[in-house]
Amino acid sequence: MSTTTRSPIEAASNAVTGALREFGNLFAMGLDVVVAMFKRPFQIREFLQQFWFIASVSIMPAALVSIPFGAVITLQLGSLTAQIGADSFNGAASVLAVVQQASPIVTTLVVAGAGGSAICADLGSRTIREEIDAMMVLGVSPIQRLVVPRVLAAMAVAILLNGMVSVVGVCGGYFFNVVVQDGTPGAFLASFSALAQLPDLWVSEIKALIFGFLAGLVAAYRGLNPKGGPKGVGDVVNQSVVITFLLLFFVNLVVSVIYLQLIPAKGA
Amino acid sequence: MGVEVVVEGLSKSFGRQAIWRDVTLTLPSGEVSVLLGPSGTGKSVFLKCLIGLLKPEKGRVVINGVDLCSCPEKDMYEIRKLFGVLFQDGALFGSMSIYDNVAFPLREHTRKSEKEIHNIVMSKMDMVGMLGAEQKLPGEISGGMRKRAGLARALVLDPQIILCDEPDSGLDPVRTAYLSQLLIDLNAQIDATILIVTHNINVARTVPDNLGMLFRKELVMFGPREVLLTSEEPVVEQFLNGRRIGPIGMSEEKDSAQMAQEQAHLEAGHHDGSSEDMRGVVPQLEPTPGLPPRDAARRRRQRVMQILHTLPEPAQHGILASLSREDFDRYQDWRRRTAGMAMPTALPERPPSRPVSPQQAHQATRPIPPQQVQQAPATRPRLRPWRRDGGDQ
Ligand SMILES: Nc1ncnc2c1ncn2[C@@H]1O[C@H](COP(=O)(O)OP(=O)(O)O)[C@@H](O)[C@H]1O
Ligand SMILES: [Mg+2]
Repeated sequence: MSTTTRSPIEAASNAVTGALREFGNLFAMGLDVVVAMFKRPFQIREFLQQFWFIASVSIMPAALVSIPFGAVITLQLGSLTAQIGADSFNGAASVLAVVQQASPIVTTLVVAGAGGSAICADLGSRTIREEIDAMMVLGVSPIQRLVVPRVLAAMAVAILLNGMVSVVGVCGGYFFNVVVQDGTPGAFLASFSALAQLPDLWVSEIKALIFGFLAGLVAAYRGLNPKGGPKGVGDVVNQSVVITFLLLFFVNLVVSVIYLQLIPAKGA
Repeated sequence: MGVEVVVEGLSKSFGRQAIWRDVTLTLPSGEVSVLLGPSGTGKSVFLKCLIGLLKPEKGRVVINGVDLCSCPEKDMYEIRKLFGVLFQDGALFGSMSIYDNVAFPLREHTRKSEKEIHNIVMSKMDMVGMLGAEQKLPGEISGGMRKRAGLARALVLDPQIILCDEPDSGLDPVRTAYLSQLLIDLNAQIDATILIVTHNINVARTVPDNLGMLFRKELVMFGPREVLLTSEEPVVEQFLNGRRIGPIGMSEEKDSAQMAQEQAHLEAGHHDGSSEDMRGVVPQLEPTPGLPPRDAARRRRQRVMQILHTLPEPAQHGILASLSREDFDRYQDWRRRTAGMAMPTALPERPPSRPVSPQQAHQATRPIPPQQVQQAPATRPRLRPWRRDGGDQ
C-alpha cells in the first residue's frame, strides 16, 4: 500500500488537517449543544443524576487539592512580598491569585479528571454498544438527551466547586500567612479591600462556567467518537482529559487577558 | 403497505479501507429480503448506510422519493420514523429496564397514556416470548434475550421498514426458527418491507423473497431467492453449503495455492466441512395458519413471472415448481398466448394475471415457433406430486 511510501511532509500535513478537522467537529458539536440547551423537554432527571454524580466524585479531591494550592501560593508570595517590603499586601495578592487563577483551574482539572473521564467512558461504551445509534434511529437526539444534561451538570458543578475551592484556598492562605509566616491578621484582611474587588469573583465564576462547559463538551465529544472497540474507549478517555487540560490553559490565557483589559485593576 | 427502498451505486470506505463499492439493489415494497455475506464484509455497515447513520461516499438511498445520503437532518429524522431496526447486539439502553426500553419509542413519539403503553409493550413482549423479564436490566439477561427485546422495541411503533442485523446470532436453532416465523407473520400482518442481514444458511433458504450476497467488496448478486439458491456462482454455492472448498477463505480471500491444496485434500477423501448438499429451492415459510396470506408473496409472484425468461434456467425451474397448480396453469396459458411474440427475450411488460388485450390476442393467433413449445415441458416442475396425474400439456 502507498501508506508505507508516504513522505514525512505529506504525513505531517495529514496530521495537521486531521487535528483541524477534529477541532472543527468539536466546535460544531459545541454549537449543537448550545442550541439544544434551549430545546424542550429538558432532561431534568438526567441532569440531577449527572450533577450529583460529578459533584460526589469531585468535591473531595477539589478540597484536598485546594488547601496545598492556597498554601503554596501564599508562601511563595509571602516571601516575595517580604523581600520588596510589601508584606502588608500579601493577603490581597494571594487572594487574587487564588480566586482569579488557581481556583477555576483546579476546579476544572478535578471536574475533567474525575467527572469528565467518567462521562467520556460512559458515552464511549454506549457508543460501541450501538445505544447511540439506536437512539438516533428512534428519532431521539443524543445531543439533547445525553450530552446537554451532562455538559450543564459539569458547568453547575464547576461553579459550585469554584466557590468552595476559593474559600478553602483563601482560608489555607490565611492560615499559612498568619500562623506559619507570622503575618498579622489585620494586614491580611485590610489588604483585601485595598486590592480585591467584586469583579474578581465574577471573572472567577465565569471562567469556571466556561471551563466546565469545555470539560463536559470535550468528554462528550470524545466519548461519542471512539475508534475501534473497548480499547478505543480507554484511549478516548485519556485523550479527553489531556485535550481538556490543553484547551483549559489556552482559554484561561484568553479570558485573563480580556478581563485585565476590560476591568481596570483596583487602585491603578 | 411497506415502502420501497432503492439503493443506487452505493460505495463506502473508512479512510483508505474500501468496505464495498457500487452496490445497487431495490428492496421491493413489503417483501422480505436477506443479505448474506461472510463476517466482516460490511453487512452491518450497509444497514447503517440505509438508515443514514453512516454517510457513503457515493450513491443514493432513496425512500419515499427522499435521498437519505443528501437530505437535510430534519428530513432524515422524519424518514427514520419509518424504520424499526434490530441492531446486532440488541442495542438496549443499559440504564433502563427491558420494559422501559420497549416503552421508550412510545413515550418519545406518542401521547399514549401509560395504560395504553403498558398494553402495547406487553403484547410485543409476548410476541417475542419475553414475558416475565420486563423488570430486568439488559445486563442481566442473555444475548439472545437482548436480541428479542431489541426486536420488540423495533416493532413497537409499527414500522414500515424493518432492518434486522443478524437476528439469529446468539440464538439457538429453535429460537431462530421461531424468530423466522415471527418475521414472516409480521410481514403477513403489517406488510412491512423487511431486510435481514445474516450468515445463517437456513434463514437464507427459508425466509426471504429476495436474496443477495456481499463478498469481496461488492454485491455479488441480488434477486429472487430461487436465483441464488440455484446459482452456480462459486462464492454463492460455497456459502450456501457452508463448505471450505471455494473462493471464501478464513481471511477474506484465498490464494490459488490454498484452493488447489484444499481441492487435493478433498479428492484424497478429506471431508469438506459441509453436512449435506443444500443446493436447490426449498419451500418458503408460510404465515402461521389463521393469519392472512402474505400480500407480498402475490406481488412478488407477479413481478417474478414477468422477468422469468431473463432468469437462469435452474432458477426458472425452481420458481415454476413453487407455483400453485392454478398459478402454473395460468402462467402456461399466458405463455402460450404470448408466445407469438419474440419469446423469451422480449415478453410484454404486463402482469400475467391481467386479461389479454385485443392486440395480444391477435398476436397469439400467429403460429408458435416450434422451439418455444418444446421449451415449455422443460420448465415443468419436477418435484410436485401432482405432476404425475397431470395431463395438461
Ligand atoms: N466505524 C468504523 N470505522 C472504521 N471501520 C469500520 C467501522 N465500522 C466497521 N468498520 C470496518 O468495516 C468492516 C465491515 O464491518 P461490519 O459491517 O461490521 O461487518 P459484518 O459484515 O460482519 O457486519 C470491518 O472490516 C470493520 O473493521
Ligand atoms: Mg455485523
